[in-house]
Amino acid sequence: MPVEVRVDVAAPAIRAVGISRRYAGVLALRGIDLTLQFGERLALTGPNAAGKTTLIRVLATALRPTAGSLSIGGIDALRHPAQARRLIGVVGHQPYLYGELTARENLRFYARIYGVAAAELRISQVLDEVGLEGRADEPVRNLSRGLQQRASLARAILHEPRLLLLDEPETGLDEAAQITLGQLVADWARRGRSIVLASHRLEWAQGLTDRALVLDHGAIGGYDPLQRSDSILPPLRPGLDLLEGREPER
Amino acid sequence: MTAFVGQVYAVLAKDLLVEWRSRDLVIAMIVFAFLALVTFNFALDLRPDMVSAVGRGVLWVVVVFAGTIGLGRSFAAERDQGTLEGLLIAPLDRSALFFAKVLGNLLFMALVELVAVAAFVALFNVAIDPLPLAATLALGTLGLAATGTLFAGIASNTRAREVMLPVLLFPIIVPILIGVVQASQPAFGEGAAREAPWLVLLATFDVVYLAAGAVAFEYVLEE
Repeated sequence: MPVEVRVDVAAPAIRAVGISRRYAGVLALRGIDLTLQFGERLALTGPNAAGKTTLIRVLATALRPTAGSLSIGGIDALRHPAQARRLIGVVGHQPYLYGELTARENLRFYARIYGVAAAELRISQVLDEVGLEGRADEPVRNLSRGLQQRASLARAILHEPRLLLLDEPETGLDEAAQITLGQLVADWARRGRSIVLASHRLEWAQGLTDRALVLDHGAIGGYDPLQRSDSILPPLRPGLDLLEGREPER
Repeated sequence: MTAFVGQVYAVLAKDLLVEWRSRDLVIAMIVFAFLALVTFNFALDLRPDMVSAVGRGVLWVVVVFAGTIGLGRSFAAERDQGTLEGLLIAPLDRSALFFAKVLGNLLFMALVELVAVAAFVALFNVAIDPLPLAATLALGTLGLAATGTLFAGIASNTRAREVMLPVLLFPIIVPILIGVVQASQPAFGEGAAREAPWLVLLATFDVVYLAAGAVAFEYVLEE
């Protein structure tokens, strides 16, 4: 049964305030503040272990922050995660696809979970959009990493999310597929979707986004390395350990 | 409610299709159950007058051990394949996921029990009244699937998940094991009409474990 979620169009796509996340005693995120409007594209960059994937997972509601608040499209994502999840599409390190099933069967499964209307038509549309229509009826485990990533992109946009979280989506994609991905990202943004693109390939991410945020040791290490002057992101602030109320450990 | 049932159906249908394509789990469970019965048959070498008394315990121990294999894989396979996170970031009701996994485990265990009971009758040369046994199997397996699914979810968050499940599960299912062994007496031609209180006890456990699992599952899968 198709399910609709009312989105507060006046609210930002993401409003994260003081997001911290602790893993087994280690502070992976330290008081992250982030606001992203609908239609904006943000690159999330930083070295390995900077906290990019953790932040993406928190924004995707896969991980609950240990401190802070998060709203997606005006919905309190910590109190009403199921509603917020309908607005979010995620491409992660894993494709979240079942190897024994074909790409089309995987999409059919997710269409049922998300309550996608006219599912078969929509599945054909997204398969065509990512260039996988010709291989859609092969088991996913038989597809190359790049084709699996395309199937993962199709899964992420299947329910027409308002916010796309892409965690190193270029992994495994050849040059042509990366160009296609860039076109898709630009196209999705034109349709008013917000995009957060985590990558440590700054130049590549630069071409696809409006702004960038640099993470370092789980804290915001700097804004806008692309040196653009139109950033609407909040000013740089040091990450605070909100749980402990003290400066972050380095 | 319709959306909830739809989500249960979607996850259950997906699990059955994945298992149909791979045939990894049920075949492993059936082979394990058969080999365990053969081993018990040789190891115990029961006299005919002892078969009904000891055989009930043997049958249920085999069902529990074979079932644990399937229960352990229900979430471990999702986590190994990276698909569990795909479920967790989807607007999938956690209790719908729990009930779908319980139903899937119930079906897989029922298939194994069909083969195990037939092998048990053949190997131990014992006559069984199928109706009382079916009632006991149904209630006992439902309880085992409910508790096992809940604890498989908990164990899937641990590093040694395959080892952790039996360690967590076996102490919890002792009441079910006692109940099913006692309720199986009439099926083996002993203590007719004495199974009713045990069946009520099993049904009560089933309801409690299903309700507890549905409520607790929201927090079980959280990292």
